[in-house]
Amino acid sequence: MSQVTMTVNGKEMSGDAEGRTLLSQFLRETLGLTGTHVGCDTSQCGACVVHVDGVAVKSCTMLAMEAEGASVDTIEGQAAQDGTLNALQQAFQDHHGLQCGFCTPGMIMSAADLLKSNPNPTEAEVRHHLEGNICRCTGYHNIVKAIMAASGQDVSSIAAE
Amino acid sequence: MYNFDFEKPSTIADAVSALGTEDAQALGGGQTLLPTMKQRLASPSKLVSLKGIAEMQGICTGDDGALCIGGATTHADVAAGAGAYAGLAGLAAGIGDPAVRARGTIGGSLANNDPAACYPAGALASGATIVTNAREIAADDYFQGMFTTALDEGEIITEVRFPVPEASNYQKFEQPASRFALVGVFVAKFADGVRVAVTGASEDGVFRWSEAEAALSGNFSADAIVDMAPGADGMISDLHGTAAYRAHLVGVLTRRAVAAALSLPT
Ligand SMILES: Cc1cc2nc3c(=O)[nH]c(=O)nc-3n(C[C@H](O)[C@H](O)[C@H](O)COP(=O)(O)OP(=O)(O)OC[C@H]3O[C@@H](n4cnc5c(N)ncnc54)[C@H](O)[C@@H]3O)c2cc1C
Ligand code: FES
Ligand code: FES
Repeated sequence: MSQVTMTVNGKEMSGDAEGRTLLSQFLRETLGLTGTHVGCDTSQCGACVVHVDGVAVKSCTMLAMEAEGASVDTIEGQAAQDGTLNALQQAFQDHHGLQCGFCTPGMIMSAADLLKSNPNPTEAEVRHHLEGNICRCTGYHNIVKAIMAASGQDVSSIAAE
Repeated sequence: MYNFDFEKPSTIADAVSALGTEDAQALGGGQTLLPTMKQRLASPSKLVSLKGIAEMQGICTGDDGALCIGGATTHADVAAGAGAYAGLAGLAAGIGDPAVRARGTIGGSLANNDPAACYPAGALASGATIVTNAREIAADDYFQGMFTTALDEGEIITEVRFPVPEASNYQKFEQPASRFALVGVFVAKFADGVRVAVTGASEDGVFRWSEAEAALSGNFSADAIVDMAPGADGMISDLHGTAAYRAHLVGVLTRRAVAAALSLPT
């Protein structure tokens, strides 16, 4: 065991980790931040996506020790202190972008990653960017719609809910 | 996953010495190695992360005009930074998904030499040089069949040098579940001839399709290889596609790659 320290959602946090401790495990089990979900644990589904130094990664496929000293953003850090949802979160709620919600933390973090580099994506770009995020409920349609809406685009012409 | 020691050296020399421990293994982006370890198909005693080595990161242009890519450079960085070689940047941009590209590295991909991986096709078609801590290996000598390369135990890829062709393109027919190439073809046209490398298709891993190279070197147009396809003998056959299907795809994708190379910048 050794101590790993990282800045999570703006706060410095430390905990013990083994070599094999995954970042997803460290966030969930050591730091108690269970908003980051583990769906497949094999880097396929994207439920575990978080940002490390501003870049979206699958936290189930990164060692906690690799994040030593890094700045990590998770779904817990997305809403304002008083609980007000950010634009993406609110758009997911408004446009029915989630059903069971299991994939949602990863979807939001991947979408935030996209909007940072491409604030005005086309529908095709949104779908392409979500290739590594699997949703078993929604059929993706309303997720795409929510992301387009969060980017400030008019989504009224995007087909039926 | 079994436990292991973890080291993150900041120089190539320290990484090489850390890899001297019995059963130590290099860790690039971990996008292949960590899933393999979770399945207990690998159980190294120590992982030596290459992510902290500044001299293995980034892209530059050599004196001879070749594009030099550090062995620990991510797919995302190649996609964004290899504009001087658009065919290669396009290949990197199509690997897996954004999160995989943010961690996965060129050195890891070439060391792994998955028979369906993209970079082996790019490196072989470009006639790239694989630079390690110990020597330089020509791509033609480097790939030695599925998951097999010329690398010795503990040898690390520090840089890959790509001669930049006059025109190039990579066409990947995606296997939709894994997002690897069911078949992928990289075509590179140099002043002295055309090179065509195929991934995903052969039981021997990435290979050069010399018949198409000869035809295209005489006439660089899709018409030069109409109806041409390699034989189905030795092609992979699995639930995703038969050997004949893959052989057919090689022909189709090569024609598409040539057409795209002619209509796009390098
Ligand atoms: C969902 C998903 C989709 C993917 N889709 C594609 C795809 O479409 N096309 C594609 O080509 N790949 C794909 N990959 C694989 C991906 O490109 C990996 O990043 C790559 O194969 C391995 O690179 P890595 O840096 O993660 O290496 P690691 O997983 O860290 O290591 C792989 C192997 O290489 C060794 N190694 C690592 N770096 C070096 C080095 N510099 N020198 C010597 N040995 C080294 C390790 O010891 C290990 O044996 C996908 C992966 C996932 C999870
Ligand atoms: S849990 Fe990490 S990708 Fe599925
Ligand atoms: S809302 Fe259930 S998996 Fe996406």
